[in-house]
Amino acid sequence: MRYDSLIDALGHTPLVGLPRLSPSADVRLWAKLEDRNPTGSIKDRPALWMVQQAEKDGLLTPGCTILEPTSGNTGIALAMAAKLKGYKIICVMPENTSEERRQLLRMWGAEIISSSAAGGSNEAVRVAKGLAVEHPDWVMLYQYGNEANARAHYESTGPELLADLPTITHFVAGLGTTGTLMGVGRYLREQVPDVRIVAAEPRYGELVYGLRNVDEGFVPELYDPTVLTTRFSVGSHDALRRTRELLETEGIFAGISTGAVVHAALGMAAKAVKAGERADIAFVVADGGWKYLSTGAYEGTLEEAEARIDGQLWA
Amino acid sequence: MAIEVRIPTILRNLTGGAKAVEGKGSTLDELFTDLDGAHPGLRARLVDEKGLRRFVNVYLNDEDVRFLGGLGTEVSDGDTVTVLPAVAGG
Repeated sequence: MRYDSLIDALGHTPLVGLPRLSPSADVRLWAKLEDRNPTGSIKDRPALWMVQQAEKDGLLTPGCTILEPTSGNTGIALAMAAKLKGYKIICVMPENTSEERRQLLRMWGAEIISSSAAGGSNEAVRVAKGLAVEHPDWVMLYQYGNEANARAHYESTGPELLADLPTITHFVAGLGTTGTLMGVGRYLREQVPDVRIVAAEPRYGELVYGLRNVDEGFVPELYDPTVLTTRFSVGSHDALRRTRELLETEGIFAGISTGAVVHAALGMAAKAVKAGERADIAFVVADGGWKYLSTGAYEGTLEEAEARIDGQLWA
Repeated sequence: MAIEVRIPTILRNLTGGAKAVEGKGSTLDELFTDLDGAHPGLRARLVDEKGLRRFVNVYLNDEDVRFLGGLGTEVSDGDTVTVLPAVAGG
């Protein structure tokens, strides 16, 4: 297929069947390979939509500096778009994120400001909000509250899924900014009666929850729980186990957050089998495993891998 | 048998440092009230007059109880309840 530029090649990712992982001919699993986007993750979609909306609104003009709190993928996607469009970009990223993500960000020209590991992305958001106040000329696109994030999925990911799988019964994705689930969820709910929208939320090691008190938690402004059918918390053990299972059974080399999504998808599949219902369960492969190789997630026993990624932000 | 409740780091000052405690009850509401007996103050950190506190997430066997029955969610022996503060992803 031919496109005018790299940015034009965004989206229209393959939806692949998983004949070995699916429990039966009536209960089928499908993987949407979002690693096949320009910078290798689903975040290319919201990044482009947010940049284009900000340009349309007159917020972003040539030479502007973009500021964004990110654990990696959104920053990488924004950095690529910024490079092609002539913006500077500063990413606030927790220090407990993989080295690959830092290298990729620098490669595309981003400046990285590290926030402390304790508190994870909450702390990155807090630091970025502070910087935005100090530097009013910087443009914070703010993926957690930017409606263009969810709209990217409402306008692209959702329609692509329905076109490829008109018989879809379930959609499962990771919960971070909530943009994917809100956008795809709203679109599918309008088009498919009784479709189930299922969130898989990564449960990290304890360090990441190191807040000072429970009133300092964070819920993204985009989050609307009425879009979801249910929400699962998936720990690193299950996420790693399923990441490896996906590789071994279907040959798909995915990032660790995908393992959490597979775990929830298989849970829904088991429920459908038990209830004797037909199901076509589509889930998101948010990125490939490349950026996580240095974490040791793919080597040695599960227990060793689990110990190695404890305290890391793996999604 | 009882119900295991996993406590996040920030609330362990109320459980004498214990990562997990055990309690009884047929609903989450009863379980939290039961826990408050042995760990005074714990319930108030999880629940306010409107229900579960905004930045507190509670999972019954890994499923968010806000999608089950909230504080009225039925629990039984052998279940695991996990309490976590809400954090950002992305």
